[in-house]
Amino acid sequence: MSEARVFHLKTPLSDEDISKLRVGDIVYVTGIMVTARDEAHKKILEVIESGEKLPIDLKGLVLYHCGPVVRKKEDGSWEVVAAGPTTSMRMESVEAEFIEKTGVKMIVGKGGMGQRTAEAMKKHKAVYAVFTGGAGALAADRIKRVVDVYWLDELGIPEAVWVFEVEEFGPLVVTIDTTGKNYYEEKMKEVKMKAEKIKEELMKIEFE
Amino acid sequence: MTDLNLEKTFYEFIKTIATGIPEDIYTTIKGAYEKEDNPVAKTQLKAILEDMEIACKKKRPICQDTGTPYLWIEIGEDFPVKSTKVIQQFTNALRKVTKEGYLRPNAVDPLYFKNSGDNTGRYIPWIHVEPVPGDKLKVYLMTKGGGSEAPSTLVMSTPLKGFENLKKTVIDAIARAGALPCPPVIVGVAIGAGADIVMSLAKKALLRPIGDRHPDPKAAKIEEELLKALNKLEIGPHGFGGKLTALDVKFDYSYRHPATFAIGVVTSCWATRRGIIEISPDGSSKMLTRHLRLVDGECKII
Repeated sequence: MSEARVFHLKTPLSDEDISKLRVGDIVYVTGIMVTARDEAHKKILEVIESGEKLPIDLKGLVLYHCGPVVRKKEDGSWEVVAAGPTTSMRMESVEAEFIEKTGVKMIVGKGGMGQRTAEAMKKHKAVYAVFTGGAGALAADRIKRVVDVYWLDELGIPEAVWVFEVEEFGPLVVTIDTTGKNYYEEKMKEVKMKAEKIKEELMKIEFE
Repeated sequence: MTDLNLEKTFYEFIKTIATGIPEDIYTTIKGAYEKEDNPVAKTQLKAILEDMEIACKKKRPICQDTGTPYLWIEIGEDFPVKSTKVIQQFTNALRKVTKEGYLRPNAVDPLYFKNSGDNTGRYIPWIHVEPVPGDKLKVYLMTKGGGSEAPSTLVMSTPLKGFENLKKTVIDAIARAGALPCPPVIVGVAIGAGADIVMSLAKKALLRPIGDRHPDPKAAKIEEELLKALNKLEIGPHGFGGKLTALDVKFDYSYRHPATFAIGVVTSCWATRRGIIEISPDGSSKMLTRHLRLVDGECKII
C-alpha cells in the first residue's frame, strides 16, 4: 500500500472540498462538528418534518456519531472528557434522509455504513470517514470548546446534540467517497474469503 | 470482623483502571506500531498510542465507552471484612468515580429505558465471589466496552465435531465482526459442559495478560494456533488491514458432559481496561497489575 494522501479541511465544507476526497485519504478537520446518535437523528428529522427551524444550520458541517463523556465545570461551562465515535451502522436506516435534508458534508463515526448511505453521499456530495474507535481521550483533546448543546434535558448527555469547535480533529480515514465507493463493503468481502482459506488450513492442525 | 473501610482503596483502583491502560496492551501496541508497514493501519496504531498517553496525562477515560463493570472477588476465609460489605464499599466507590466523570453512566434499565446515572442497577456491577483459603482479598476488575460484545458467540456442538466447530466458530466470529469490536482485539475462547460455563470462562480468560500461555500444553497450542490464524485475516486496527487483528487468544475449559461440547467466544477491544488489586487484613493494598500512570507529571508504567 502506498502512502496515504493527507488533507487539512475547514468547515463549512464545500462540494469542491469533498469531491477531492477518495477512499483511504486521511483528513484533519478544523471548525464545527455536531454530534448525533440514534435519538438525535430521530429528533432532528422530526423537527424538519414539522416544518420548524433547527437550532443550528447543519449545511456544510461535520456530523459526528458520538456520545461523549462531559463534565460541568464550576463556572457552568462544559468540559469534554472523552468523545470517541460510536458504531455508525445503527444510524443506517435514517442517514440517507438525514444527508438529503440537512446538507451535512461529512459524517464521522466508526465501523462504516451501508449502501443506502453511500448512494446518498454520491447524490448529495458527502463523505463518510472514521475516527479511531476507542480513542476517546485523543478526540476530547482535539475539541477546543463546547459551543452549544441542544435537547440535553430531553435526550440526556450521550444522546444530546453537542456542537463542538474542533482543531485538527483526526486522523479521519475516508471510507465512503462521493463516487459511491465503500471501503468496508469491499474489505468485508475480502476478509470473508480469507476466512474460508484460513479455516481450511486450521482444520489440518490437530487440537485434540 | 473489623470496621475496615475499603472505599478509598476501591475508588483509586477504579480510577486507575479507567485512565491507565495495562502495561501488556501498551507495549504490544507500541511494538506493533513500530513493525507495521501498512500506512493507514499505522496511523490508527499511532492514534491509539496517543490516546493512551493523553488519558494518562490528563487523567481522562481511555475511551468514552467506559464499559460495564465486571468484578471477580477472591475473598480469603480469614479476611476481616464480610463479602457483602466488600461489595457495598466497592459499589459506593463506583458511584463516586462515575459522579466525578471518570466513568460514563452506562447502566440502563431495559424495561423502562432509564439510565440509573451511576453505573449500578439490577445485577450491575456483575459480580463473581469465590471464597479462598487465607486472609487476603483479591479483586479483579474489568470495565468492559459494549461494542466489543458484538462478536460474542455460543455454539452447542456435538462432541465428535467439537474441535472442528471450535475453529470455525472463532474465525467466523472475528471475520464477521470486522471493525466493529475495535480491533486489535483480545479473544477469549472456552469449551465445556454448558452454555453459561463457557461464556463465563471465556470472559474471565480476557483477564490474563497478553503473551501469557495456558499451563496445559494442549490448551497453549490452541491459543497459539488460533492467534496465528486470526492475524491472517488482516482485518487490522479499525479494519484497515496490517499485521495486528488479535492481540492474543485466551483459552480455558471445564470438564464437559459426555453428550455436550459447548463453545464460547468473547472479545475485548484494544482498550481492554482491567486490573487486579490485593488487599491485606490491615487494609494495606497493592496493585498486582502494572498500568500507564502519571507519576510526578510524567507517564510511566508502574
